[in-house]
Amino acid sequence: MQLHEYTISELSSLISKKEISILELTQHMLGRIEKLDSELGCYISIVEDQAMEQAAKVQKMLDKGILTSPLTGIPMGIKDNICTEGILTSCGSKMLSNFVPPYNAHVVKKLYNSGSVLLGKLNMDEYAMGSSTESSYFKKTRNPWDTERVPGGSSGGSAAAVVAGEAIYSLGSDTGGSIRQPASFCGCVGLKPTYGLISRFGLVSYASSLDQIGPLTKTVTDCALVLNAIAGHDPMDLTSSRRIHPDYTKALINDVKGMKIGLPREFIDDSVEKNIRDAILNAVKVFTDLGAECVEISIPVMEYVVPTYYIIALAEASSNLARYDGVKFGYRASNPKDILDFCKRTRSEGFGTEVKRRILLGTYVLSSGYYDAYYKKALKARAIITREFNKAFEQCDIIIGPVSPTTAYKIGEKINDPIQMYMEDIFTVPVNIAGLPAMSIPCGLDNNSLPIGLQLLGKRFDEQTIIKTAYTFEQNTEFHNLRPNLNV
Amino acid sequence: MSNYEAVIGLEVHVELKTQTKIFCGCSTEFGSEPNTNVCPVCLGLPGSTIVLNKSVLEYAAKAGLALNCDISLLSKFNRKHYFYPDMPKALQISQLEIPIAIGGHLDIEVEGESKRINIHHIHMEEDAGKLTHQGDTISSALSSLVDYNRSGVPLIEIVSAPDIRSGEEAKAYLEKLKNTLEYTDVSDLRMEQGSLRCDANVSIRPVGSKEFNTKTEIKNLNSFRAVQRAIEYEIERQIEVVEEGGQVLPETRTWDESKGITVAMRVKDEPDYRGMVEPDLPPIEVTPEWVEEIRATLPELPDVKKNRFIMEHGLPAYDAEVITSSRKLAEFYEKTVALGQDAKVVSNWIMGEFLRLLNANNLEITEVKITPEYLAKLLSLVEKGTISGKIGKKVFAEMFEEGKDPEVIIKEKGLVQISDEGQLKQVIQEVMADNPKSVEDYLGGQKKAMGFLVGQVMKATKGQANPGLVNKLLQEALEELA
Repeated sequence: MQLHEYTISELSSLISKKEISILELTQHMLGRIEKLDSELGCYISIVEDQAMEQAAKVQKMLDKGILTSPLTGIPMGIKDNICTEGILTSCGSKMLSNFVPPYNAHVVKKLYNSGSVLLGKLNMDEYAMGSSTESSYFKKTRNPWDTERVPGGSSGGSAAAVVAGEAIYSLGSDTGGSIRQPASFCGCVGLKPTYGLISRFGLVSYASSLDQIGPLTKTVTDCALVLNAIAGHDPMDLTSSRRIHPDYTKALINDVKGMKIGLPREFIDDSVEKNIRDAILNAVKVFTDLGAECVEISIPVMEYVVPTYYIIALAEASSNLARYDGVKFGYRASNPKDILDFCKRTRSEGFGTEVKRRILLGTYVLSSGYYDAYYKKALKARAIITREFNKAFEQCDIIIGPVSPTTAYKIGEKINDPIQMYMEDIFTVPVNIAGLPAMSIPCGLDNNSLPIGLQLLGKRFDEQTIIKTAYTFEQNTEFHNLRPNLNV
Repeated sequence: MSNYEAVIGLEVHVELKTQTKIFCGCSTEFGSEPNTNVCPVCLGLPGSTIVLNKSVLEYAAKAGLALNCDISLLSKFNRKHYFYPDMPKALQISQLEIPIAIGGHLDIEVEGESKRINIHHIHMEEDAGKLTHQGDTISSALSSLVDYNRSGVPLIEIVSAPDIRSGEEAKAYLEKLKNTLEYTDVSDLRMEQGSLRCDANVSIRPVGSKEFNTKTEIKNLNSFRAVQRAIEYEIERQIEVVEEGGQVLPETRTWDESKGITVAMRVKDEPDYRGMVEPDLPPIEVTPEWVEEIRATLPELPDVKKNRFIMEHGLPAYDAEVITSSRKLAEFYEKTVALGQDAKVVSNWIMGEFLRLLNANNLEITEVKITPEYLAKLLSLVEKGTISGKIGKKVFAEMFEEGKDPEVIIKEKGLVQISDEGQLKQVIQEVMADNPKSVEDYLGGQKKAMGFLVGQVMKATKGQANPGLVNKLLQEALEELA
């Protein structure tokens, strides 16, 4: 087995036993990136020198006994919408193609403090708007299982890198499924934590009331380790919760006996590909065989979740992206006639098609005359959807279902049909609307040998039940060990 | 004007004097080098989030309570969008739906009549940066510079109800507003530094009408007097437009101080700010107990203080009004009275010498060195006859400038009143010998001559002679000759 194939927990043990050095591991990972990334396109920036320096520094601190975190010496990648001091943070956009932040995001500080080694910044859909990573200004990321296909998105680089062994783990962000859907398409574990569990300070906002940072890992155990490192209150983000978070590794328990697992009938209707439905039903069987009870539930508001999500997300996006006017940072148009021309051309030239589409839609739903019909109504719908999910959780401990109605599709296949792409977010967006936590874990392969993701939805701040359920599934199946054949 | 009445509402922006900005820890100091009091938050850098400064909430609530408003136990921030380079995020965070304070009032007095002006609400918001153009406007400028030091400085906007009917009332309202806020100490209230700004909304209607007609908004009002003059001009202008069969346009107009006119800037096409809930700030919840805690920090406000000075100190209403027109002045007065001095005497000195010297030197009360303790001492010295009232004024002037102990000044300058009868008698003899004509006049029945002789004695003693004693001794000396 090569070093990049190990999990965090395995590497952490090798590092602490001094069986491998952090430098050696980092060197190996950089070599792996060098070998693979020209084809897969996971990274926008690779910070080779910084990684080696950091590895040496962390090794010294480890030797002195100063650093003892399970993440110490573990090489990772970070989605390019999370600010890293002194390192390009482009959001996959021409607009920020020259933006080097003067500060680190809260999660970046936390990971640096734990001794994790940054390898580079990962590709993504422009401003996290998309579900295929095709809208990146820089490059396409290819799915490691089939390089003709998309890795999902918007955290496509984050998912593909973990699966291809170009990072031991990564961070992504999830506004409407952007961690879970690529995790599902690429076959890794991706967690969208409860809104407020992780500080958003330093995450370039797409839709502030929906955005949340989360880990992408090979296993549920690794997910718990990373979550432990990044969760917790940050005085710089007033939406981050003040509650003391538990040690999530304590939830790594192989037991679902007596647990009530909710399966909404809306989650397994005909819109979902048959292979996926079968995989979900198989997962249900795995759980019931282990002593869990499957409860069939219904969430009638499901038909409203996509429009509700897109109105709120795009309204907030149009507001958050207003600041890109070329005055203070980022791309600026040359030779403007006047201030208006400057602002217009900067935005016309700096943003890509999908981002512009979303800004226009968001501006529209916030405009006077349409505000009540769209934005205000969507806020009401949001309250109803949240209530219905909370009600559903009165009948069960956890809800399961698919992540996406399809597996990874071909590059270019859907890029010109935005409505269809939006509709495919149906199973991931309600989680963001209601601020719930949800995880995607591998639960099978379809007829094309493409990974299928199982989604586990928990109650607010109940990541533990998700981790326990997912861990049990992992311990009793082999899906998490499936890896693409990359011929290297 | 007789057939029309004006409907005026004022929007007053007040910069709160918190140490740091509303959503980050940057200093609010005025006059720093451009773009030195800035950080990722107030520059709106990608990824920055905001945190509400608690002091801003406290200051805003304090101002609200002083202006008789109700404090919202739950209030919200919203985003107001527009593109302009002084706005780093191309949006302003303000309170559009539920402001911090609602429904207050101020009572003003105009031409002896008392009138209540209602306050619609007070909301909190962030200030923008400052643009400097190399040219007239941003569109025609060769280049424009922007300083973000002011970006994120906390403001409250105090929105009056359309209850004001004249320029004079507007000025009285602003004076009362400034006076009241000065007591709360939440702002420097300096119009020249922009920490107090006022826009006026003006419309006219036939007397008796309840309609609200098209209004114009007047900007660039740099003094209370400018507010009054601009409103008076604008009312006349609108009447003229209507009388000539025209229509008042919904314009933003700027006040041209030198020409004394308002000039149309742009037609107000109700901009669509696309107000949206601020997603980075959860709603602000406060408890009734918190509101009471803030209320407890309010000092006695000018109206209450004024009545107390009238009722308890027996001051005339006019004196009480003048003295409470500034919190510092009222405090100075009260401290001096508390040291045992007569209220009316203190009031006379403060309204007389003190204010005269303040105005003559264009000073703020905080800038003078004289203390209530020294003023009280001075008044005691006058009362005891150690110095005369006239000398007292001289001493006062010196105290005002130097902040010295009056006793020290009197000693240094040898200003002690001469009450030594022997010494005075000698001077009187000399004066009588030097002025035989006056002595004769007096003895001949011209009592006026007495005044002249007293004057000569005072002159001979450089004003230090005890005037009462001089009168008495001179009289005696003259009568001896009779």
